[in-house]
Amino acid sequence: MAQMTMIQAITDALRTELKNDENVLVFGEDVGQNGGVFRATEGLQAEFGEDRVFDTPLAESGIGGLAFGLSMQGFRPVPEIQFFGFVYEVMDAINGQIARIRYRSGGTQHAPVTFRSPFGGGVHTPELHADSLEGLVAQQPGLKVVIPSTPYDAKGLLISSIRDNDPVVFLEHMKLYRSFRGEVPEEEYTIELGKADVKREGSDVTLVAYGAMVHSCLKAAEELEKDGIQAEVIDLRTVMPIDLETILKSVEKTNRVVVVQEAQRQAGMASYIVSQIQERAILHLEAPILTVAAPDTVYAFTQAEEVWLPNYNDIIEKVNKVINF
Amino acid sequence: MERKLENIENQFETFQILNEEGKVVNEEAMPNLSDEELKELMQRMVYTRILDQRSIALNRQGRLGFYAPTAGQEASQLGTQFALEKEDFILPGYRDVPQLIWHGLPLYQAFLFSRGHFHGNQMPEGVNALSPQIIIGAQYIQTAGVALGMKKRGSKSVAITYTGDGGTSQGDFYEGMNFAGAYKAPAIFVVQNNRFAISVPVEKQTAAKTLAQKAVAAGIEGIQVDGMDVLAVYAATKQARERAVNGEGPTLIETLTYRYGPHTMAGDDPTRYRTDELDNEWEKKDPLVRFRKYLEGKGLWSEDEENKVIEKAKEEIKAAIKKADEQPKQKVSDLIKNMYEELPAHLQEQLEEYEAKESK
Repeated sequence: MAQMTMIQAITDALRTELKNDENVLVFGEDVGQNGGVFRATEGLQAEFGEDRVFDTPLAESGIGGLAFGLSMQGFRPVPEIQFFGFVYEVMDAINGQIARIRYRSGGTQHAPVTFRSPFGGGVHTPELHADSLEGLVAQQPGLKVVIPSTPYDAKGLLISSIRDNDPVVFLEHMKLYRSFRGEVPEEEYTIELGKADVKREGSDVTLVAYGAMVHSCLKAAEELEKDGIQAEVIDLRTVMPIDLETILKSVEKTNRVVVVQEAQRQAGMASYIVSQIQERAILHLEAPILTVAAPDTVYAFTQAEEVWLPNYNDIIEKVNKVINF
Repeated sequence: MERKLENIENQFETFQILNEEGKVVNEEAMPNLSDEELKELMQRMVYTRILDQRSIALNRQGRLGFYAPTAGQEASQLGTQFALEKEDFILPGYRDVPQLIWHGLPLYQAFLFSRGHFHGNQMPEGVNALSPQIIIGAQYIQTAGVALGMKKRGSKSVAITYTGDGGTSQGDFYEGMNFAGAYKAPAIFVVQNNRFAISVPVEKQTAAKTLAQKAVAAGIEGIQVDGMDVLAVYAATKQARERAVNGEGPTLIETLTYRYGPHTMAGDDPTRYRTDELDNEWEKKDPLVRFRKYLEGKGLWSEDEENKVIEKAKEEIKAAIKKADEQPKQKVSDLIKNMYEELPAHLQEQLEEYEAKESK
């Protein structure tokens, strides 16, 4: 099996779907000849031509509107928003238009658009590049929001996202793009959207996470094991809709939960997850559900970024609290 | 130093064929329309004027809901639509319901749109259009996408969209024209400049002397048309359509027009921002009056003919309202079912919750 970085797995998924379906179009700022600022679309224009893989003028709102309009002509657009911090410029197209067209048209029109966009902290970007803004799109009914944590998941989830007949926002954590390689089959495969993956089994505490925080949780779990604590790590993979079934099954086993996200405490998915667990499984809990999240400031300036971002020590601290409650 | 801006602005003279007296002032621009087609245009304008009057009355009786009056804008709305083919795609604003109706949306569905029932937004098979857009400008960028899609499909059709003078201030207005221009996509961007964005006059909207000149910055064709002159509007749109399908790119059409009524029927009071003098000045330009004079001069129109259209309109409106009344009430469970192709677990749960409530 091939060893790929996440960015290679993403390119591979795009290539697979460009080959599979002539209605798939890949476009955005610098995605053509340049292959995207992270090279996610490297070589795709050369392989599939400018008709299928093309540059757009520099306007995110225009990119969103273009995607909407193309989908009305039966295309399956896969636009790139260069950094997800730029999403505010395209919010109406995503939340106000694309997410709502199936509903608005009484099911007669739909927009199978997959927005791809890099996000995530720890890579010392300028402002409005790294923010975890998944909550902004996850709170909009009509969208699906996918955040992979491994190269294998990235390929399977992106293929599924593109094939999905509902719009998907596919968020790619920049720190994971090239930080490690993983096994990725060269053939095509899909991973069902809305299904979490238990990345590590354990019986003492459930860690629910997504994106780069999955790896912080795995690291924390290794450390906790030295103290005899077995942590189960659930990678949501799709943050909307959330796979509550997998979470609740785990909670019934471990009776203790820590929800981990890179977003600020007031943002992200943690509050929703906590509320759902307490509504459905409170009698299984031996301790309050705790969360690990960034402080409620605007995303940190790079000089303070490492402290601002949640890390595995923060997770260990919260796990010890729920264990010793 | 040479005043370059002035040079550009002065190029955008108002294109007119029929003057206020219904006299042809621009014979060479006269579109090639048969007598039957000329009559059809008049019939549609009369019909639409009656539809507007009835809609306002129904709204006042509490029987319609959301409604944005159209009287005064018939030439701009129907003249552009008349230049389209069935396969062309309309992206309307919320005042542009008449274009949808003449493109094939059944009247009772237009009423259901006003009443907030999603069946009003379900375009019948073969009616190429979106339901009216609420966000000012969103339809402009979408038009670039629809038009680019048409180009990629190799179809000889166009995407046409509408906004008002206020809409030209939105970033999406420029982005839409710029994208369509960059891709040479077959798009027609119509600005119905009715002089007021709710209450703000166009003079406070922009320093630009014309809205048509905004095409220049996007590198596309722009034309300012007398929006009360249905022949000029038709001719300009026809030409824009030909250019578009011939691969010559998009056109911006500014129509100078006026809405006689309020912005919408939801409490807007035009006397707060418009004078009687201005209303009177524009009513003298009325599109129906001048076209009627023109057709009467050609022996193509009579009072009798007009009354027949009025009666037909009234009957069809009555029947359409009856049909709208008979539409089953919309349920929350229907809304839930329209959220995704396949319902995720949380919505499946909520669907059951609401179906149980609804069956009580």
